Amino acid sequence: MHPLYQILARAANRDQVKPGEFIVAKVDLAEINDLYLQVILSFKEMGGDKVWDPQKITFVMDHYAPAPTIKAAENQKKMREFAHEQGIKHFFDVNRGVCHQVMPEEGLVWPGMMLVATDSHTTTHGAFGAFSTGIGATDMAAVLLTGEIWLRVPEIVKINITGKTNKGIMAKDIILYIISQLGTDVALYKAIEYSGGVVAEMSLDERLVLCNMSVEMGAKATYIRPDEKVMEYISHTNSEKYKEFKSVKRKNNINSEEYESIYNFDISNLEPQIALPNRVDKVVPVSQMIGEPIHQAFIGTCTGGRINDIKIAAEIIKGKKIPSWVRLLVIPASSQILKKCIDLGFIQILLDSGATLATPSCGPCLGAHEGVLAPGENCISTSSRNFPGRMGSTDAKIFLSSPATVAASALKGSIADPREFF
Amino acid sequence: MFKSIITGKVFKVRDDIDTDQIYPGRYLYLTSPEEIAIHAMEDIIPDFSEKIKGGDWIIVAGKNFGCGSSREHAPRAILCAGIKAIVAKSFGRIFYRNAINVGLPVLKCPEIIKEVHQNDSIKINLKDGLITLYDPERKISIEKYPPQLLNILKSEGLILYLKKYKKYCH
Repeated sequence: MHPLYQILARAANRDQVKPGEFIVAKVDLAEINDLYLQVILSFKEMGGDKVWDPQKITFVMDHYAPAPTIKAAENQKKMREFAHEQGIKHFFDVNRGVCHQVMPEEGLVWPGMMLVATDSHTTTHGAFGAFSTGIGATDMAAVLLTGEIWLRVPEIVKINITGKTNKGIMAKDIILYIISQLGTDVALYKAIEYSGGVVAEMSLDERLVLCNMSVEMGAKATYIRPDEKVMEYISHTNSEKYKEFKSVKRKNNINSEEYESIYNFDISNLEPQIALPNRVDKVVPVSQMIGEPIHQAFIGTCTGGRINDIKIAAEIIKGKKIPSWVRLLVIPASSQILKKCIDLGFIQILLDSGATLATPSCGPCLGAHEGVLAPGENCISTSSRNFPGRMGSTDAKIFLSSPATVAASALKGSIADPREFF
Repeated sequence: MFKSIITGKVFKVRDDIDTDQIYPGRYLYLTSPEEIAIHAMEDIIPDFSEKIKGGDWIIVAGKNFGCGSSREHAPRAILCAGIKAIVAKSFGRIFYRNAINVGLPVLKCPEIIKEVHQNDSIKINLKDGLITLYDPERKISIEKYPPQLLNILKSEGLILYLKKYKKYCH
């Protein structure tokens, strides 16, 4: 049985599960972010008094952090109070960062677990071998009450990525290309497994980007077989779960018939990619967009604010100035990343170039604050979505690309190919 | 109240309507049904909530309706604005769940978008899994809900379901 089905079978207390079946599954971790006061409201409306298990619940204040409006501040205050009343210890406040970075850092994610969070990009944690999926507020309220969730067992789509990764090509380029080839609904109601030489060689930071953006193809969950890189990470973040996972002998017994479909991509000739405004699947090689003017360049979020992302941007930008008419916004994905980037000198390099630094959060990715766009502005961004109005005005244009392409474009003041900087 | 037969006029929308278009991120801090309803579909159909006021409307959409974020505000806004049901070629999966959980019937039907026009009257029969179209009268089958989902809809959403049963009925 596929490892994702093994996780679901365990969570549903069954010997096996089959795609298409409806199950009720036990949850190992439930995460709620600061957009979702509705979780608490629905929980109370359901007649909820005490949560099912305060140890298995975490709050992360990331989308509106620190609070930009009185209403957002009030919502966060109510969440703090609720967490305190309920004895929920895993409460990460506005100082900590984006949930999909904070949860792994805090040792709350491990292979084989069942994770739900109130964020569509929860597919991220398949990179650690977890079954993790995004849910809405009332769904989450039901989890707080019962510790369980209803799920349809997904079919599994396998994507093999092979070939040679050229210099200047990042996971963002690869996933944008794959989305453009397969479309926004290829994995609707399904899970995606990534495999192949390119995935095996990728750093964990990069794998998280693949798994995160799988939701843009409709995916419910993702999976990458945990390898030494994952186990090394987990050994530092959660030694107990590390030992537990290591102690179980596992057979590599996936039957290829368990895959609903298999796609193969050779990325040896891939150029840096750009998603054009309004659609994540409208993707072209960067060479077709060279010279398109930009007003804001954004490096940050759960698909572009990790150490490797900021490192590459700093390498490209080191010793140079961004033009005075361009805003380069840098928002590390967590406080740990911010501190490391300060220690390694990346933040100094970026500030010297003229960048604007904001504290770890989702930033302007969902148009809430910290760098929203005016009508008529162009933004090139490492974030995951470019729907109209996503980052502010509906008359602004959002181009999505890798941190390398964003950094190169910030320097030029227009869309540029990062490969000329290596 | 839950009805297994839903009648209404068709409000047609295109493929890939995402949750930012259904409910813009800038209003996510709102929690009251009246405030949320006003902003339904605002960025693509600015006068949407006015247009559908007082009538019985069923949204008929193309593929991947509600793709994008996990915001429950999206189906809540549509429900609070007064829409009776949504029939689409396919749905974004979190939107689909959220809609069932807030008590808004959402139905997958690949053929319907080609068969209907704006303002056509249609009738949905959830029990039989059929949609009736008129002029000429004909029926299209829709996916029948598994009992687990139908029970949530019958309770008008997960809140009342859990208030009544206290846990999921396995």
